[in-house]
Amino acid sequence: MPRTLLRTAALTSVLALTIGSQALAQTYFRGSDGDPETLDQHKTSTVVEANLLRDMFEGLVTLDSTAQVVPGVAMEWDVSLDGLTYTFDLRDDAKWSNGDPVVAGDFVYSLHRIMNPETGAKYASILYPIKNAEAINSGEMDIDALGVVALDDHTLQITLQQPTPFFLELLTHQTGLPVHPATVEEFGSDFVQPENHVSNGAYTLESFSLGDSIVLTKNPEFHDAENVAIETVQFLPFEDRATCVRRWEAGEVHSCSDLPAEDIGRLESEYGDAVHVAAYLGTYYYSVNTTREPFGDARVRQAMSMVIDREFLADEIFGGTMVPAESFVPTGISNYVEDAPRFEWADMSMLDREDAAIALMEEAGYGPDNPVTVEIAYNTSENHRNAATAIADMWSVLGIEVTYNVRDASAHYANLRDEKDFDVARAGWIGDYSDPQNFLFLVESDNDGFNYPAYMNPEYDALMDDAAAETDLAARAEILADAERMFLRDNPQLALLYYSSRSMVSEALIGWEDNLLNVHPTRFMSIAE
Amino acid sequence: MTDMMVNEAAVKSRSLWQMAVIRLRRNRAAMLSIFALGFLGLCGIFGPMVAPHDYAEVYPAYVKVPASISAYPRAEEVVPEAESALRRARLDLELVEVNGETLTVIGTSERGVDARVTRYLDRSDLFTNARVVTLAEDGSRIEMQADVDRLYFLFGTDANGRDLFSRVLISLRVSLMIGLLAAGVALVIGVLYGATAGFLGGRIDNMMMRIVDVLYSLPFIFFVILLVVFFGRNVVLMFIAVGCVEWLDMARIVRGQTLSLRRREFVQAAEALGVGSGAILKRHIIPNTLGTVIIYMTLLIPKVILLESFLSFLGLGVQEPLTSLGVLISEGAKNMQNAPDMLIFPAVTLTVLLFALNFLGDGLRDALDPKDR
Amino acid sequence: MPPLSWGGTFQFGRYHMLSYAIRRLLGAIPTLFFIVTAAFFMMRVAPGGPFDQERALEATVLANLNATFGLDQPLWRQYLIYLGNLAQGDMGPSFVYRDLKVHEILAIGLPVSMKLGGMALALAMVVGSALGSVAALRQNSAVDYGVIAIATFGITIPNFVVAPVLLLVFALYFDFFPAGGLTQWQSYILPVIALALPQIAVVARLIRGAMIEALRSDHVRTARAYGLPTRMIVIKHALRAACLPAISYMGPAAAALLTGSIVIEQIFGIPGIGRYFVQGALNRDYTLVMGTVIVVALFVVVFNLIVDLLYAVLDPRVRYD
Repeated sequence: MPRTLLRTAALTSVLALTIGSQALAQTYFRGSDGDPETLDQHKTSTVVEANLLRDMFEGLVTLDSTAQVVPGVAMEWDVSLDGLTYTFDLRDDAKWSNGDPVVAGDFVYSLHRIMNPETGAKYASILYPIKNAEAINSGEMDIDALGVVALDDHTLQITLQQPTPFFLELLTHQTGLPVHPATVEEFGSDFVQPENHVSNGAYTLESFSLGDSIVLTKNPEFHDAENVAIETVQFLPFEDRATCVRRWEAGEVHSCSDLPAEDIGRLESEYGDAVHVAAYLGTYYYSVNTTREPFGDARVRQAMSMVIDREFLADEIFGGTMVPAESFVPTGISNYVEDAPRFEWADMSMLDREDAAIALMEEAGYGPDNPVTVEIAYNTSENHRNAATAIADMWSVLGIEVTYNVRDASAHYANLRDEKDFDVARAGWIGDYSDPQNFLFLVESDNDGFNYPAYMNPEYDALMDDAAAETDLAARAEILADAERMFLRDNPQLALLYYSSRSMVSEALIGWEDNLLNVHPTRFMSIAE
Repeated sequence: MTDMMVNEAAVKSRSLWQMAVIRLRRNRAAMLSIFALGFLGLCGIFGPMVAPHDYAEVYPAYVKVPASISAYPRAEEVVPEAESALRRARLDLELVEVNGETLTVIGTSERGVDARVTRYLDRSDLFTNARVVTLAEDGSRIEMQADVDRLYFLFGTDANGRDLFSRVLISLRVSLMIGLLAAGVALVIGVLYGATAGFLGGRIDNMMMRIVDVLYSLPFIFFVILLVVFFGRNVVLMFIAVGCVEWLDMARIVRGQTLSLRRREFVQAAEALGVGSGAILKRHIIPNTLGTVIIYMTLLIPKVILLESFLSFLGLGVQEPLTSLGVLISEGAKNMQNAPDMLIFPAVTLTVLLFALNFLGDGLRDALDPKDR
Repeated sequence: MPPLSWGGTFQFGRYHMLSYAIRRLLGAIPTLFFIVTAAFFMMRVAPGGPFDQERALEATVLANLNATFGLDQPLWRQYLIYLGNLAQGDMGPSFVYRDLKVHEILAIGLPVSMKLGGMALALAMVVGSALGSVAALRQNSAVDYGVIAIATFGITIPNFVVAPVLLLVFALYFDFFPAGGLTQWQSYILPVIALALPQIAVVARLIRGAMIEALRSDHVRTARAYGLPTRMIVIKHALRAACLPAISYMGPAAAALLTGSIVIEQIFGIPGIGRYFVQGALNRDYTLVMGTVIVVALFVVVFNLIVDLLYAVLDPRVRYD
């Protein structure tokens, strides 16, 4: 195995050389945030992998360049009235890169594989809405009990545990992509090696060299191959955002998937429209440990939230690459009410907010005479330190004294989940799919993994349960909005900022559309000659 | 016989040190370095006490402003800043005017003006002592004045709007402390260990050096990450611990020297005369390794300071609100294209500090060289 | 011992040297065992595990993963299993890069790191010795101060500052070199310089110091008295003696250089193994860290051996015992 990998590495550099010198127009040099941890769609968990897998595979449904759900392998589908049964009609001309037709059985095989506990799928939980999925994944039920059946080669039926209005969005996640059963059977987990790889999307895996590059080439068997303009995509991993920017400036890559916030002002003034900063489905927040005094007091949390000048954080600390948050669920999310909940004090001026916050603290028995001491825990990376420093300064109005505790990411998140040895801790959440439930479920009392603040509110849980049982989208949105209003009153997490996606896109790259999910499939793009 | 030798050695070594001082005085680079180090040391110790700003004070209105010897705010900034500060007060501004050090604002509002609006001006870093001059009885019109607060940022400010000059001063203190602590610990352990191993030789030496090998090959970074987890909030403990790791090079170098020295005639003569091992180590081996040790020491202090900066690069450096040259430089490196001052001033300070350490080390080495008499 | 007789002769014979080397390498096996054991348990003391990242995992999923990787076993059993696999040459699968085994990851990155590190090492040795010798021969002259100033500058500026500055100047402003990656031979120049710079500085200083001492030593003085040309004295006697501290230093430094640097790899976008040491530790990728630890340990053992052998060659007063 090492020998083949080495050969691949050598091949890649040769390729890079030849491509670099002559056929630049045909090749898209695409900067990505780092190496994929895996190319196995069932073990995947990162955004880097999502971008790669989206180019190589096509699911039942897929996302277009504006991140809208569009037909993929399934041409059309029926949803039963109770919202529980989805029947997909698969297209006839879908083929694997080795010429095999894509059949319904491939999807059955794939969904069985991801729910098999032995696969060790990190994101199996995304597809838990499928009937019996969770029980199978925890080893309590036989795999055959999964609610997925091939009625014939071109008809697939998926049954859900309970109505899930965002199920199609879930299917666009990379976990829903099919694997080629024969290859997986033959090579086991080595099916991801370039020499074994069989895919059904617009591109096939040419080579993979860790830390160096991943090369995809156009798949001639793809049903829409005639509309795929770019012949070769070379994904280049960048651990350091500044490195990608320098290579972009030197004309060596067409796009960068992230930019350093410190430098954004300079880039915007020098390159103008090439800098893309777009709304993104994520929230940057501080979790408050509600099991500790005085943070168990909702008034204290409210006061702490009110005095934070989010515009300063967004503009000065994050160089305008974040958006001041007015709620926990980011704006622009699907399946939500028109007039989404906001902080009650969102329109108040900073001074009025400060006065109100001081009053709240006094009511709770704290102030300059009886100061609160807060330890802010944050993980290393990005601007977390500068943000914490700025927030500490804002909290000084309330007589809060701040100390800091920085840990590396693993220690930080293990602490948040298990020991909960923190007062206030920095965290962030990027939505897996565009639905408010994906944000509000974080603080359900039985959510051991994510409920960092240990928020226990039976009323909130009841609302979330009601929403899960509601099949009418509009009614469900109202219930979720009620839940968020409760959230914003109680502030178990202090929502600070909405994330933005930040990219550098060269003028030569045509078809890049900014969207909320920051999804940019290569097949819809082209490179100007 | 033995007594005589000891006395002689004592006499000799005294004159050696006296000679060294004389030679050192003649070395201009070394003397300059002593002054530079003394100056930086004083800056580190007393600087933060006399600094124009507290090193932790945040000025939100002055984020990443460039270095300047004239005062902020700039004349053209005063009016826009006053307008933006008062925008939140929802006043219709009739007049915003700066006259020398005084700002005069006249505003109206149909909803009535609250006398508290002066706080919007006070809150800004640019103004102090905001006061109401006249307030119409129906509250529709207000005239206020405020003093323009002149602030000096000699080195500019950082990404949070803290005075970089004050932060460089405190970082000097922290970095020097870190370097001296860790290097001191490393020096003591390394010299004793290396000299012992090299002198005893044979199986013991072999074993002692295998232990060094083992420690060398341990995942140092992982060890440091553990230290950060355990001592993260205590800089002193943390770098004593770093010193406990950093003695390995020292031990190897001293051992190498000792191995050579052992074969030298004067050591063999002392051995033949029946001088004890401890005495030989103390009188002959360690003093003769001093030159190399001092050179290495002048490399080790910078090494520790740079190690700390590497940790800062990984985000594991000294914790807020304290700072170190390493933290400042790694922040500066990220901002080198948009706010070069954030890199230049800490980097120059570090360079001067390390230059002085190095030249002093060379001077000392030349001065202590016993052969140059 | 007459001062001029020791050049070139090697008193203990090739057989002695070989058997010494073999004994040392065999002696390294218990060393490696200790390192593996210490590293294994040290890593497990650190809070957090390989699956604790920004995106937390569902409890069921976490249990599945722990079972897949054997993390649900008691620690002592994990240790024994690891040792057993290692004895068979299997470093296990990476916890983070799940498609690859640790030895595959190292096989991709190590040649790159070694190539880059080897070039930097050679550059540091050649340039460092040259600068150091020149400075020593013209002690306290302008040349000397110039060399020392440059050398000092090399160590005072952290490489995470030097590397981006080099890139900004030579790749972006002048466009002489590519701004990253390792796609053509020009790509190597800037990273090798950035990697070698601090080492050049240290070597130059060490050589200068030792050379001044050597030039004053009795046998060089005698050689001068015999009227040998200065250049010959420098090359044959002084430089050889002056090498000792530099070689002492370069042993471990070479091991470090050849096994990569996270800063240089990150800033230049180079696929070496230096970053796995740090990233593996930060991600708690236990097996990957163990793999890099073993590689580094092997390099340290080998280079220490080389240093000791060189010591013996250059200074016959040192014996293998």
